[in-house]
Amino acid sequence: MARDVLQLLYLISAILFILGLRGLSHPKSARRGMFLAEAGMLLAIIGTLLHHEIIDYKWIAAGLVLGTLIGVPMAICIPMTAVPQRTALSHSFGALAASLVGISEYSRHGAALGSVRVGVIGIEVMLGSLTFTGSLMAAGKLQGLIRGYPITYRGQNLANLGLLAGTLALIVALMFTPAASPLFYTIVGLAFLFGVLLVLPIGAADMPVLIALLNSYAGLADAAMGFMLDNKIQIITGSLDGSSGFILSISMCRAMNRSITNVLFGAFGQIQEQPAGELDAKKPVKQLSIDEAAEVLGTARSVIFVPGYGMAVSQAQHRVRELADALKNKGAEVRYGIHAVAGRMPGHMNVLLAEANVPYDELYDMDQINSYFPETDVVVVVGANDVVNPAAKRTPGSPIYGMPILEVEKARVVIVCKRSLAPGFAGIDNELYYGDHTSMLFGDAKETMVKLATALKQ
Amino acid sequence: MIDIGLIGDLYVFVLAGFLGYQVISRVSPLLHTPLMSATNAISGISLVGSLVVAGAGHSQVSTALGVIAVVASTINVMGGFLITDRILKMFKSRR
Repeated sequence: MARDVLQLLYLISAILFILGLRGLSHPKSARRGMFLAEAGMLLAIIGTLLHHEIIDYKWIAAGLVLGTLIGVPMAICIPMTAVPQRTALSHSFGALAASLVGISEYSRHGAALGSVRVGVIGIEVMLGSLTFTGSLMAAGKLQGLIRGYPITYRGQNLANLGLLAGTLALIVALMFTPAASPLFYTIVGLAFLFGVLLVLPIGAADMPVLIALLNSYAGLADAAMGFMLDNKIQIITGSLDGSSGFILSISMCRAMNRSITNVLFGAFGQIQEQPAGELDAKKPVKQLSIDEAAEVLGTARSVIFVPGYGMAVSQAQHRVRELADALKNKGAEVRYGIHAVAGRMPGHMNVLLAEANVPYDELYDMDQINSYFPETDVVVVVGANDVVNPAAKRTPGSPIYGMPILEVEKARVVIVCKRSLAPGFAGIDNELYYGDHTSMLFGDAKETMVKLATALKQ
Repeated sequence: MIDIGLIGDLYVFVLAGFLGYQVISRVSPLLHTPLMSATNAISGISLVGSLVVAGAGHSQVSTALGVIAVVASTINVMGGFLITDRILKMFKSRR
């Protein structure tokens, strides 16, 4: 009887989660949707606390309090620019929970579970453990604790695939000998190792795909935990998470015209040796002073800002919005063009600009904004690089050839704010900088925005 | 050979996956970051499994692992929902 009530509560929670995610289809309904999801979570937790198997509440209370003490300050204090790291860390926590519960269940029941359930636990701890270390690595790369460039060595892909195949083989072997606990702990160890090795060759520019993929793995680990405990709410949530991460990684890959395999094994973004002659043969770039740039902007009727990771690094989003305000006061129409892979996670730029009070109706994704460029007076590129590189359309053989880009060069004037001519994360030179109506404005993005806004107001 | 519970679970898993695909495909690209933090938050549902493992008092090892899992899941639930709301609050329309 009590068990049936609990299952019904879980069903209501599942419905509330789904309605909550549906709310995210529009910013207007999003917060209300999340309120529903929160209610669903509360129901599930309260219902579980009344579960008949729970006999000791002392440690549970300690765990809940400690988790709250860590989670709440983390969510309230971190700056919006650090959201990608937080997301990666949070994948690692979810995966750790799945892995530890799997280990606990195996250590308790062992061979009594039978081969099928032992196989399920094997999958659970494998996914959980590799997502745990993989996500920690990703968080380290995003935070700058581990260098962002891909780390590669000879035979890397073969070694990784071999390790994965070996781990899967051990899971199968464990199903035949469910009592062999050394086998089980070897699987755990190998999966921890695999998570680290999987992320080593993935460069900083591919983080949006990696984070989405780890989101998917964390969801699958959660679902596997649900299978093991025969708990349907966990299966449903895990499945929702898994498909969410999967859809996001596919859409990120499409935005770069690359396959998942290429992202995982391609070690994209290594520093490539540029043939010396090729660079020298380029035309010199045109440079603008602040006053000249302000003059160009002052007469513009329409302006599009194209932000990239550089804007996040120099925390320039508020200053960009102030410049936009100054332009609007002069009667210009301002839009923002946002590429799906600009930044370090899906939707990163939208969040930063929203934080700077940019209304979301001024944010356009690539498909929407590309038709505006030909009729736009000035495009200001702030810290974006590869996503505006025309080589993606013109230069077969370029590592980014075929990637859909923001067609900024179609605008009358393009002003690129950048520290130097250094290449972006794809490690290739940007043809845009040498274009006929491109001008460079060298300097820190934040300072440049402040100076431009001041010059415009005079 | 395979118990019937597992097959039922598989049904739920696959159908939820299809449903997820439909629902998530409609999420606005504007909100992809809060989508990730929201799925993080609801993935904290692993808390319900962790609670039972931590509180059932089977063995010291089992309880210890369960409590760590409770801590990790609680971080996701509390942190995930809080930051999602913090992000969503910032998205404002032009007045």
